[in-house]
Amino acid sequence: MASAYETVIGLEVHAQLLTRSKLFCGCSTEFGAAPNSHVCQVCLGLPGSLPQLNGRAVELAMRAALALGCSVTERSVFARKNYFYPDLAKNYQISQYELPMNVRGQLAIEVDGRERVVGITRIHLEEDAAKNLHGAGSGHFTLVDYNRAGTPLMEIVSEPDLRSAAEAEEYLKRLREILLFIGVNDGNLEEGSFRCDANVSIRPLGQKEFGTRVELKNINSFRFVRKAIEFEVARQIALVAGGGKVVQETRTWSEAQSKTLPMRSKEDAMDYRYFPDPDLLDLVIDRSQVDAVRAVLPELPLHKRARYVAELGVTAADAQVLTQHPEVARFYEALVDALADRDPKQRAVWGKRAANFVQAELLRHVQLDGARAEFGVTPERIAQLLRLVESGAISGKQAKSVFSSMLSTGKSAETLVQEQGLMQVSDTAAIEAAAREVLARNQENVQAYRAGKTNVLGFFVGQVMRAMQGAGNPKLVNDTLQKLLREES
Amino acid sequence: MSELSRLSVTQLAAAVTERRVSAIEVTRAALERIAQHDADIHAYLYVDREGALAAAAQLDRLLAAGDVSLPLAGVPIGIKDNLCTRGVRTTCASRILEGYIPPYDAHVVERLRAAGAIIIGKLNLDEFAMGSSNENSAFGPVRNPWDKTRTPGGSSGGSAAAASLALAAATLGSDTGGSVRQPGSYCGVTAIKPTYGRVSRYGLIAFASSLDQVGPLARNMRDAARLLGVIAGRDARDATSVDRPVPDYEAECGRELRGMRVGVVKGIADGCDASVKQALALAIERIAALGCEIVEVELPHQRYALSVYYIVANAEASSNLARFDGMRYGLRVTGEDLRATYQKSRAQGFGAEVKRRIMLGTYVLSAGYYDALYLKAQRVRTLIQQDYARAFERCDVLLTPTAPTPAFRLGEKLADPMAMYMQDIFTLPPSLAGIPAVSVPCGLSPEGLPLGLQVCAPAFEEARLVRVGQAFEAVSGFRPEPPGF
Repeated sequence: MASAYETVIGLEVHAQLLTRSKLFCGCSTEFGAAPNSHVCQVCLGLPGSLPQLNGRAVELAMRAALALGCSVTERSVFARKNYFYPDLAKNYQISQYELPMNVRGQLAIEVDGRERVVGITRIHLEEDAAKNLHGAGSGHFTLVDYNRAGTPLMEIVSEPDLRSAAEAEEYLKRLREILLFIGVNDGNLEEGSFRCDANVSIRPLGQKEFGTRVELKNINSFRFVRKAIEFEVARQIALVAGGGKVVQETRTWSEAQSKTLPMRSKEDAMDYRYFPDPDLLDLVIDRSQVDAVRAVLPELPLHKRARYVAELGVTAADAQVLTQHPEVARFYEALVDALADRDPKQRAVWGKRAANFVQAELLRHVQLDGARAEFGVTPERIAQLLRLVESGAISGKQAKSVFSSMLSTGKSAETLVQEQGLMQVSDTAAIEAAAREVLARNQENVQAYRAGKTNVLGFFVGQVMRAMQGAGNPKLVNDTLQKLLREES
Repeated sequence: MSELSRLSVTQLAAAVTERRVSAIEVTRAALERIAQHDADIHAYLYVDREGALAAAAQLDRLLAAGDVSLPLAGVPIGIKDNLCTRGVRTTCASRILEGYIPPYDAHVVERLRAAGAIIIGKLNLDEFAMGSSNENSAFGPVRNPWDKTRTPGGSSGGSAAAASLALAAATLGSDTGGSVRQPGSYCGVTAIKPTYGRVSRYGLIAFASSLDQVGPLARNMRDAARLLGVIAGRDARDATSVDRPVPDYEAECGRELRGMRVGVVKGIADGCDASVKQALALAIERIAALGCEIVEVELPHQRYALSVYYIVANAEASSNLARFDGMRYGLRVTGEDLRATYQKSRAQGFGAEVKRRIMLGTYVLSAGYYDALYLKAQRVRTLIQQDYARAFERCDVLLTPTAPTPAFRLGEKLADPMAMYMQDIFTLPPSLAGIPAVSVPCGLSPEGLPLGLQVCAPAFEEARLVRVGQAFEAVSGFRPEPPGF
């Protein structure tokens, strides 16, 4: 749709860092525990307690910064954001304000075949608030669960570089994927470990100055992001086209009403009275620390896909499927490693076979949960199964049923094949003996075959396989029967 | 029994360690003395009779079982009531924390217990350590043992009065802008404000986080030095505590001062009470006579200290005290909605001075004032630090009065906050610079009120304070014992 207006979007993402403990104390970050069971004097803000910075959170934020091409600042400062709310135990949030930890990065996205580079303004560390449960119990009060209080978050702020809801959605998907692959965030929108706010404005095409922006909240699914932004853009265009003006405000997405609703105006904007937190030292990060994190930075999904195509003989579409989750990619790579040595040709052949199996069979059974994945089987055992197929010991069809038994019994492919007598008989003498017997018993059909009714061959093959309880190598059975039928004519 | 209570920290620790007396006996004597004298003084907000006796009994069993050497074995110590004590009420002398029982011990309390000290009770203070007279305590002021119509100083007034009258062998206070030194001066006890970062603040209920330090108050320098040695050192739970070795402070006692360069600031005591001026001059003379070189130094930015302090400290306080909102602990006064509950709880929970400081602090941090007030104050704070850095190029320690007057009368300055704040003009600059300082008794005013000499040293040079303070104590021959001691 051609429009006289250009959409301008900037996104703020809050991503929970995958640390075992909270940002300023040793309490567990486990999700779903009994309310207020992961709390201590620090995250409850009890008098006299002091914050102690979690080094792992700093490391993970640094990892994200490097993956997104940010510079890690040598000295950053924790600041207090002061406001009163019961989900904030100290009535201030420890965040970073004037001097954030990481600045100036970028993320490439592709929408409708067009690649764009979206600027990242900053990535800073901050603590999460507790969770308010409104209307709990009799409905007249609010309960607060402080388990989440103090959970480490990084806030990733983009430049206002996005030009459509589709781009915004794509940016979020790519960002989520990167964070998931480098192991800093589980990308779980439902549990709120990856949350997004959007700043949306419009301006007449060709105008350089930005229009008045509206902040959208409560858009915690990719679908909501798209719908909310599309609604908001349409609302703003209609407003301006009708001679009105956009007011600077915060609006919330109502899924029930499928529209954005006013939440608070600029006049209500709070004065957070930010100032450096005197309880924490400046965060000083030297080059060697940055280098150490860079050295162990996991491979990014984009690189993985290119590498799979170049080295493992798969198509771009295969690569996309195989990198849908870091654990799937990890499984696939381990499987290829177990099957092939370093020889590039071998890796390409096995890479494709492994990819086929993973896509056709394994992915039908995998259970993905945040950053975790449950396959029910190890790559080494799948490698064993695929080798049985390759050697001709079992057929590809049999492999499927063996795989399913592997999942249900936990036994190895070799054990199952032996137990079920599935091993294909490639012993020509045994096959020939069986074939002769079948032919001897079915002289009528032998005559028919010789009379030119060659399609009875299938009947003979079936009979031989049955006689051998399915263990005959189908190709050998076929060849042997044809040879015998020719011989005896 | 009462004799036992008047022994020094080092004497008591030796007697208990050598099992000449049991920790239980010492504790009983201390409790008895408190029962006898504290009704008039009101130094204690809470006496932990059972806790103290149980701890003493446990220590006696430990001592009976084997050869144990603890630096504070059986020594009864009083704790300022803004330091958390596990299972024992901790109020900051505020209605908002009335009945609050912390689930953990402050770091310094852990250290004391590990050193064999018996925590005897919780000491009165100005509410949230804000004040210079102890009159801001929500539970009534402390009276000065030297003259019960007068203030003991503040905010560690209970700690100073208790140490002075031997209602504990020694005490802990906290110092943000002079809160152990000024009451130390008013009550005639030795009070050390350590270098910022020397002692962990973990479990000290924060007033101004960039200034607060826990410090000992005792009847002589050796006792204070022993306590400092016990509480000093790195604690990972306080990011601002510094990892540096803790020297043997007591070893400084008895060392000569010969050759030391002692800084003085010309005209510093102008405008002080005549007795203060005189006492300072005499102290300088005595210290010079010990072979020290007296050097004149300048602290040109010192005159801004009061303004800087009340901007920085109140800014931090406004944020630190935000958590007292009636939601999780302490006083809750329910209103018609959340906002009203916040307002009512805080309106009824905090006293006037605390409210004044929260409002001032909120103001200096607000949009539009932050740069002009808070940031500028921080810049001037750096200038004050640089003043000391320059001064300490020329001298090893620096002498000033601790307070401009001896203890004033209760009620005298209540109507005039500025006059009250002026009591801290000598103690504020070292606090802002983060350097250590001690107040050492240096004589009596004509009315018979104690006066204090403040000795300042460069950061982490507490040993020099002990050395100079103890040498001065020895040569002055002054035993600051209040009437009825």
